[in-house]
Amino acid sequence: MNQADLPRWATAFALPLLNLFSALLVAAGVIYLLGESPVESLGILINAAVLNPEGLGYTLFYAATFIFTGLSVSVAMQAGLFNIGSEGQMYVGGLGLTLVLLWLDSSLPGWLLIPLAMLGAAVFGAAWAYLPGYLQARRGSHVVVTTIMFNFIAASLMNYVIVSFLIPAGQQNTASRVFADASWLPKLNGILPVLGETPLNISFVLALVALVIYGIVVWRTTWGYQLRATGLNQHAAHYAGISISKTIIVTMMISGALAGLAAVNSVMGSTHYLNLNFPAGAGFIGIAIALMGRQHPVGILLSSILFGALIQGGFDLSLEKANIPPETFIFIQGLIILFCGAMENLYAPALSALLKRKEK
Amino acid sequence: MMFDDFQFSSILVSTIRNAPVLMFAAMAGLFAERSGVVDLALEGKMLAAAFVSAAVAFVTKNPWLGIMAGVGISVAIALLQGFVSITQKGNQLVAGIALNIALSGLTFVIAQYFFQQGGRTPDLGEARLFDIVLPGSAAVAGIPFLGWFYTKLIGGHSALVYLAFALIPVVHWVLYHTRFGLRLRAVGENPHAADAAGINVERTRFMAMLCAGVLCSFSGAYLSIVQSGFFLRDMSAGNGYLALTALVFGNWRPLHTALGCLMFGFFAALQVQIEGVVFPGIGKVPGSLIQMIPYVVTVIVLAGLMAKSVAPKAIGQPFVKSR
Repeated sequence: MNQADLPRWATAFALPLLNLFSALLVAAGVIYLLGESPVESLGILINAAVLNPEGLGYTLFYAATFIFTGLSVSVAMQAGLFNIGSEGQMYVGGLGLTLVLLWLDSSLPGWLLIPLAMLGAAVFGAAWAYLPGYLQARRGSHVVVTTIMFNFIAASLMNYVIVSFLIPAGQQNTASRVFADASWLPKLNGILPVLGETPLNISFVLALVALVIYGIVVWRTTWGYQLRATGLNQHAAHYAGISISKTIIVTMMISGALAGLAAVNSVMGSTHYLNLNFPAGAGFIGIAIALMGRQHPVGILLSSILFGALIQGGFDLSLEKANIPPETFIFIQGLIILFCGAMENLYAPALSALLKRKEK
Repeated sequence: MMFDDFQFSSILVSTIRNAPVLMFAAMAGLFAERSGVVDLALEGKMLAAAFVSAAVAFVTKNPWLGIMAGVGISVAIALLQGFVSITQKGNQLVAGIALNIALSGLTFVIAQYFFQQGGRTPDLGEARLFDIVLPGSAAVAGIPFLGWFYTKLIGGHSALVYLAFALIPVVHWVLYHTRFGLRLRAVGENPHAADAAGINVERTRFMAMLCAGVLCSFSGAYLSIVQSGFFLRDMSAGNGYLALTALVFGNWRPLHTALGCLMFGFFAALQVQIEGVVFPGIGKVPGSLIQMIPYVVTVIVLAGLMAKSVAPKAIGQPFVKSR
């Protein structure tokens, strides 16, 4: 039943692909029951999300957010922490950058303003993750339950802050004012005109950089070693002289900072104002991405693009097929998490038996 | 009272009406978690049951058939959850979250497919569950206090409200005074010892999931065919997680958990009542801040500052039979 007797290519590629395929098969069944052709739908989806350059631009735009939330969940998982709070940390991170921009966007140039706003997002995200980390490390309150609570507290708090303080006088929309042009992230269609009018911006490049840094820090530094040691066996790590509680708190803060940075792409790269419920589940998708990508940079990148494609292609598909609303893809996301995350070993016994038979 | 729009009596009545959603779900979670299976999928089961109950009640014009259909779907999901968490030994937290996300999408898609009303069901009208008028209500209605107490506070609710309150002693009895309850707790505390004593761990956990499925469906049915009279997308609105919170708050004990549910129901009622009321010296208190109170209280409890919350020891760990 365990993966130990399987070769690396099997656990890293074959099992996730088999699980993904199973999830998509169930989804295809539902699409069939809704009276539409699964094959035709898949064709429309792939065309709209990948083959069409503008569609690809949107896919990568969504992927940039998911890379950050995926990294947020992954880094916590490395330490054995299940951070369900990325959603709330991203939401509060959005407040951090908004406060910086509302305060400084009329007086500072873009090259200074944008990094400061990003810092604001990271600091607020980290601060929001600090308390669950502290409570786990020092009081033994399970981080899963506290981060769920903190998601709800963040939702109420942000509702209060936006409605009471951020809506400009005379406006009805539950959102802050639009930020000055200086804070708008440079779009990538300046370099690649083929992308057309898509919101894909430099935060996708930053996300790629973050993936590389994550890979180096986790597998090539002392701190990364301590992180993984804590995740593998807390007691052993403790006896090896690693401070468990410090590792937990620092990891949660890094996780929160990464979730906060996820807000940069959607708020500063697309809407240019803070609105109610802007994360729209990106933090939860981060859980799926971390699980499917096995907390590995390449895996996180590929699953982020997959989820970006599902959202972009799914939206286009819903315009063409009345029976397949965009919510269908929320269902498919859930299926992918179920198959790739919770039932990751579903095919392990069969695969293992198959390989053993070949060896004989 | 000094404020015309702020009435303590109506807060109490709403508390009674708010609590069942949480109580059914929390008791469902109690069975699952006392057996060692984390039940993060309460939200998803509630949504599925709310939709199926409303859809079947609308089509058949019979709320009871709706409730029964809701039980069916909720049990089916609970057993799937059991298959993943118990048989497959998968990550229980992930399974729960996955089911919640999947069902949030699927209920909308199916509701939209069948009814074409933006993912909601039509108004149930007559198929909504009726309120029970206690005998002699008309006679006491005019008497001050007693009239309110008999007709509004303890009378005039649907059958599901009474079922929710009746469940508290029943769950307590099952958990602490039956063989099944003893086994359930043993399996959740120390599955290996239970296994050595000849208890079938997997079967006991599946039985617990079955109870969780049945109970959780009532919570969904209450939402759609009692409270609102239709199904709406994501109408469980975090109540599944709040029920889990009540469970943590109540230390996985039926009576304390029920008290937690009543507390949350009270804050929800307070939030509705307090919105727009001007308090002397404070002014208006925003509803979003009151909404936050139960979660903050729970974090304080979790931090061990009010009382220590101790989870069942084997919670979240798949049972692997040792040789």
